[in-house]
Amino acid sequence: MLASRALVRGLQSGFWRRVSTSSAAWAAHTHDVDVVDCSVPQYNNRLDTPLPDVPFVRNLSAEQKKLKEKEKGSWTQLTKEEKLALYRLTHELSYAEMRQGSKEWMTVLGGIFIFLGFTGLLVWWQRVYVYGDVPHTLSEEWVAQQTQRMIDMRVNPVHGFSHKWDYEKKQWK
Amino acid sequence: MSLPKPAMRGLLAKRLRFHLPIAFGLSLIAAAAFKFTVTEPRKQAYADFYKHYDSTKEFNAMREAGVFESVRPTGK
Repeated sequence: MLASRALVRGLQSGFWRRVSTSSAAWAAHTHDVDVVDCSVPQYNNRLDTPLPDVPFVRNLSAEQKKLKEKEKGSWTQLTKEEKLALYRLTHELSYAEMRQGSKEWMTVLGGIFIFLGFTGLLVWWQRVYVYGDVPHTLSEEWVAQQTQRMIDMRVNPVHGFSHKWDYEKKQWK
Repeated sequence: MSLPKPAMRGLLAKRLRFHLPIAFGLSLIAAAAFKFTVTEPRKQAYADFYKHYDSTKEFNAMREAGVFESVRPTGK
């Protein structure tokens, strides 16, 4: 189940990245297929798997192949740029880049509010055009009689309702 | 590139040693705060209410107002 979640995450990150970057930039990477083959191991950017199943760049150019050959020798011979290039061959995003986050939450929140607002309009229309009359027990007269009865029978005399009524002056405190 | 070896064991114990006293302390504070802001005033309010409570007077007042079915107001 964890593997399938990793696949979905890889697919999702691949989808959004494809939308946001140019096709030329994608050409060298493993995501330039329309249909992803889920029966083979896939690359994923996850904080909890530092070494994904496959390297990010599968189809190496001649230059990259030469670098891979050099990697087979002593690593002290590699320059800093070469080490970084090797890292970028096997990994798409660094940990810092993975943790980066985006401004997507603003879009999401905005979308939520838009739809909530629209729903509010629908509910308002429903209240005006669909609902029938309110029960007679909510009319002013009834509520006044009800309140008087509640005061008479001393509802919640310690903390609540009748506590707020001044029985001597016959008014609210 | 020689970094110190990170802590490999006792991570949960270390976290608990730090967080449990805080958790217990905060819980006790929450309970004490609730006791002294809610339950004690409430008990006091009830005690004050019933200290000078004349149940007969209240009963007669309610009877006159006509809320009872077992006794009608004196006048009928």
